[in-house]
Amino acid sequence: MAVAVPIINSTLVSAAKLTCIREERILFDELSFDINSGDIVQIEGPNGAGKTSLLRILAGLSRPYSGTVLFNKKPIQSCRDDYQNQLLYLGHLPGVKSELTAAENLNFNFKLMGYSNFDCIDILNEVGLSGFEDSLTGHLSAGQHRRTALGRLWHSNANIWILDEPFTAIDKKGVIILEQLFLAHANRGGCVILTTHQDMNLIDHHSLKKIQLDYSLI
Amino acid sequence: MQNNMSYSQAFLTVLLRDLHVAVRHRSDIFNPLLFFVLVIILFPLAIGPEPQTLSRIASGIIWVAALLSSMLSLERLFKADHLDGSLEQMLLSPHPLTLLVLAKVFAHWLLTGVPLILIAPLLAVLLHLDDQSYQALLMTLALGTPILSLLGAIGAALTVGLPKGGVLLSLLILPLYIPVLIFSTSAIDAASMNLAYTGQLAIIGAMLITSLILAPFAIGASLRVSTN
Repeated sequence: MAVAVPIINSTLVSAAKLTCIREERILFDELSFDINSGDIVQIEGPNGAGKTSLLRILAGLSRPYSGTVLFNKKPIQSCRDDYQNQLLYLGHLPGVKSELTAAENLNFNFKLMGYSNFDCIDILNEVGLSGFEDSLTGHLSAGQHRRTALGRLWHSNANIWILDEPFTAIDKKGVIILEQLFLAHANRGGCVILTTHQDMNLIDHHSLKKIQLDYSLI
Repeated sequence: MQNNMSYSQAFLTVLLRDLHVAVRHRSDIFNPLLFFVLVIILFPLAIGPEPQTLSRIASGIIWVAALLSSMLSLERLFKADHLDGSLEQMLLSPHPLTLLVLAKVFAHWLLTGVPLILIAPLLAVLLHLDDQSYQALLMTLALGTPILSLLGAIGAALTVGLPKGGVLLSLLILPLYIPVLIFSTSAIDAASMNLAYTGQLAIIGAMLITSLILAPFAIGASLRVSTN
């Protein structure tokens, strides 16, 4: 299989000696790593190991106990605007309002990212929600709810994707489509940082980097 | 895929979205308003219908009821967004957080403050408020209710992460409302005695401008702390 080499292999985000303490327990201690363009990084670990905490710290939503997250060699707190322009974070909670329709939700999320020329109907077709554009997301199934949120991946000029359990409630076919999307994003020079407990089919061990979190070590 | 939205577009996006959600969720608008009306109706029943007594305390009753009903609606201001994750998305948006927060507070005022201003004249009649005080009541409400939304949002932002933040929210915010209450009722009292009340209005106006400038920063910082 021909491996597409990303054009530039530069560091997008790096963690410098991150320590996270929750409920007086050390989740990870002095964790350092670099994430380069073209990387797909899976954060692994048992439940409660601090995967979501690490993603939230990387996104700048939580502050670590010590250490910094660097973007362009600067701490993200000091260049928040630039960083958030380059960041797409999809958390544990999908950020989909149940009082709004699927199209309205997507529209709002894109505008919140500052995008103006997008076609919500097209993107909803891509995520398999054609015909549900005008349904209130509160009436949709869990998987469809998730798909509404994932629609944001189809129109994004952010390089750094941070995704917390993106495959939750998504069917097998949907998982494959998402994996293809991740590979395409990595080939464009972006990076994907994700957590999942599912096995991935398309993304093989060579292209997948892993960060292991295991609190039993501490 | 250019990020080329102006500040006013970002402001409108959040404002329209909040109004949209509220229209689909009408109890958010009507419950605080009904509460406001009910509290005011209870006073003539409890105190008795003498016009002199009622018109003497009318300004105080209306303002206290306005404070309490604004407390009632504040709890949901950021809570719903926090629970479904859209608050995180706003915190991570490239737009300035202060702007997004200001749009949310403005939507809150349109949904809870403006209905109070519209219905207050009706209730003033019920409480035998005299003609001179009537105008003063409307002006203090118009200048004062945005302050309630702005200050209250700071408390709502601080308590957004707590499972039962309602009581704490009132303890945090009601003391901050006291200056607005004092100057508003004093303006209405002055009006009822045919005295000038522009001084009180000017002070409420100054409070409004100060909170309009400073509160969005405090709200933004509080949101970042409470979602940490």
